[in-house]
Amino acid sequence: MDNFLLAWIVLVPLLSSLILGTMYLYSIKVTKIPNIVFSMFALTAPFISFVLGVSFFFRLLENSDVIIYRAYKWLSVDGYDIDMGFMADQLSIFMVLFITFVGGLIHIYASGYMKDDDGYGKFFFYFNLFLASMLLLVLANSPIIMFIGWEGVGVCSYLLISYYYQDSENVKAGNKAFIANRVGDLGFIIAMITMFYYAGSNGFDYINLELGMANVPVEVLSFIGLALLIGAIGKSAQIPLFVWLPDAMAGPTPVSALIHAATMVTAGVYMVARFHFLYDMIPNVGLFIAYIGAFSALFAAIIATKQTDIKKILAYSTMSQLGYMFIAVGLGGYSAGIFHVFTHAFFKALLFMGAGAVIVALHHEQNIFKMGGMRRKTPLVYFTMLIATLAIAGIPPFAGFFSKDEILLTAFGSGEYFIWIIGVITAVLTAYYMFRLLFVVFHGSNYKENRELHSLSKNMTMPLVILAIGSILAGFIGVPLLLGGQNYIGIWLEILNSKALHVEHSIELYLMGLNILAAVIGLLIAYKKFFNYDMSKVPEYTGLIWNKFYIDEIYDRIFVDKLKKLSIFISYKLDINFIDKIVMGISNGFIRSGNVVARLQSANTRMYAFSMLMGISVISTYLIIVMR
Amino acid sequence: MQERIKIEMADLLLSYIALAMILFSIGFLGIISRKNIFIVYMSIELMLNAVNLIFVALGRYNESMEPQVMAMIIIAIAAAEAAVFLSLIVVLYRNKKSLNSDIFNVLKQKDTANG
Repeated sequence: MDNFLLAWIVLVPLLSSLILGTMYLYSIKVTKIPNIVFSMFALTAPFISFVLGVSFFFRLLENSDVIIYRAYKWLSVDGYDIDMGFMADQLSIFMVLFITFVGGLIHIYASGYMKDDDGYGKFFFYFNLFLASMLLLVLANSPIIMFIGWEGVGVCSYLLISYYYQDSENVKAGNKAFIANRVGDLGFIIAMITMFYYAGSNGFDYINLELGMANVPVEVLSFIGLALLIGAIGKSAQIPLFVWLPDAMAGPTPVSALIHAATMVTAGVYMVARFHFLYDMIPNVGLFIAYIGAFSALFAAIIATKQTDIKKILAYSTMSQLGYMFIAVGLGGYSAGIFHVFTHAFFKALLFMGAGAVIVALHHEQNIFKMGGMRRKTPLVYFTMLIATLAIAGIPPFAGFFSKDEILLTAFGSGEYFIWIIGVITAVLTAYYMFRLLFVVFHGSNYKENRELHSLSKNMTMPLVILAIGSILAGFIGVPLLLGGQNYIGIWLEILNSKALHVEHSIELYLMGLNILAAVIGLLIAYKKFFNYDMSKVPEYTGLIWNKFYIDEIYDRIFVDKLKKLSIFISYKLDINFIDKIVMGISNGFIRSGNVVARLQSANTRMYAFSMLMGISVISTYLIIVMR
Repeated sequence: MQERIKIEMADLLLSYIALAMILFSIGFLGIISRKNIFIVYMSIELMLNAVNLIFVALGRYNESMEPQVMAMIIIAIAAAEAAVFLSLIVVLYRNKKSLNSDIFNVLKQKDTANG
């Protein structure tokens, strides 16, 4: 009945972005449009989408049937139709809710953060387009439509990361993100083709694919699963395609918040959960996913302990938390994974916004060892950041505790103790590096006292407070039964979970205690080392971890250099000696023959008349003699 | 009787056509051998009228009036054309103070560097 509104969840931000883009062009070409006009469009779009999402949420509460809306026939090849279809089930609507909510708050924050920027309208054009792509990705009813959103997200991330395009380093970072994502996209495309070939005979939407996959051999399913996984790894920045994520910090801070919290990186997790019917049939590939997630989590956490750039620390922590989500979805605990996506969206957005506020206050200083003592200067940012740090470290009752606990419980309950151990170690490291950041930035002493702080506008602090409340409360939708709560998210996403975990309550309690212990250990180490840290000197880091295990250099050596050599060979040898010869030869031949023919143009009128009449007479003679 | 008249007519027609061919050839030679634009123009008119003559002669031979009408139209057009052509010659003369057709070679292909 009102299913067409489903399309409008995507269309509203899309239209808003188009309007913003047009207005921005008008603004730079004709007359300047005040920022308030841009904000009016930019900030209402996520809000409208959120309200629409809520309406569908309530519809699904009443009636849990999947809502499908086919807008129009998008492709039709020889009777095989692919619709521009939208699908709302429990998973996608849940994603829509927090994407639009957190995304909307980031929009408000960005309107404060970017208010002095010349490209205000352009920024929000990209921002809304980003949101629209992400919503399309989530609401799509078939892999192909999902792929449109998938690519849209990639393009927008490229545009936003290299937003400060005057600096070529930022453009390089944008390119890196885009290229790393393209590698993943290739996997997605291969998976789609294989799926289409083996299981797409009845239709290419999720429901038909699920039916079609029942008869496909396991080897093929595993291949599809792995190819899809490459796509997910690319988007969600897991080993080995994570290199773009830290560099993505080149963009403005709201972009980092949007990419890392609500959109983009969660796309990979969402995709694995979306194809749960596929991964349920191939548990071995799922286990592989879990291992990739576990190693990524540990790897990123180790690197994060030595970074000095506040945004880079947060970037690696994102990668680490995404690793947790992959552990969960890989082991079949889809609701646990999506739960962590949800809580992570709150506290990670909050962390980035708080970091952005500190960076703005200190006139774009990003090295944490040059900050210090911000607790008294910006108490509001301090408190909100404290809440977010407690949440990400996994200290109850903040949001991160419940979701992380559930993921580790999933790992333990599935009998994958090795992954579980990695998860616990990562939890220690997480608490350590996050509190290190907090203590150094907000508590450290001996910093340069006489600094003028850039004032923070209301737009920037208000979302912090809302998200802080969210970071406290978000966890309570998934309180485990053991603590007398109700795991609402588990119930809501029940359709996804195929297998139930059986862990005894006493063990569950021990595990919970262990998680808290892990967080507290991390906290204490950080406290000992960095509380009241002497800020007079900026520490110089060297070594393996500081250099991120030389991964970038290794990639350069293996892939980039080889490609560069090949490109140089092609452009300087093959192109000049072979292709240019052919192309120039053809064009020179035409020029030469043209010159020869042009000599006939001698301006001798009598000659023209003669040749014309001779021609006519030859033709007439031919006609008379032969054609007769 | 009828046959005989037809054959006589054919002989007559041949001589007309021969005359037209001679006129046409004279015109043709005039165009390709003379430089003076006026002579060239007159030669063109000569060729035109040679064709006209064939029209009229064939019209008589076939006892049809349509070619005669056509010939009339051609003559009318030729008159109009003459007006245009003569004014063009005046303009050309004003430009170069000459009536030599070989002088007007602005559109000639010049030798190019890489040609």
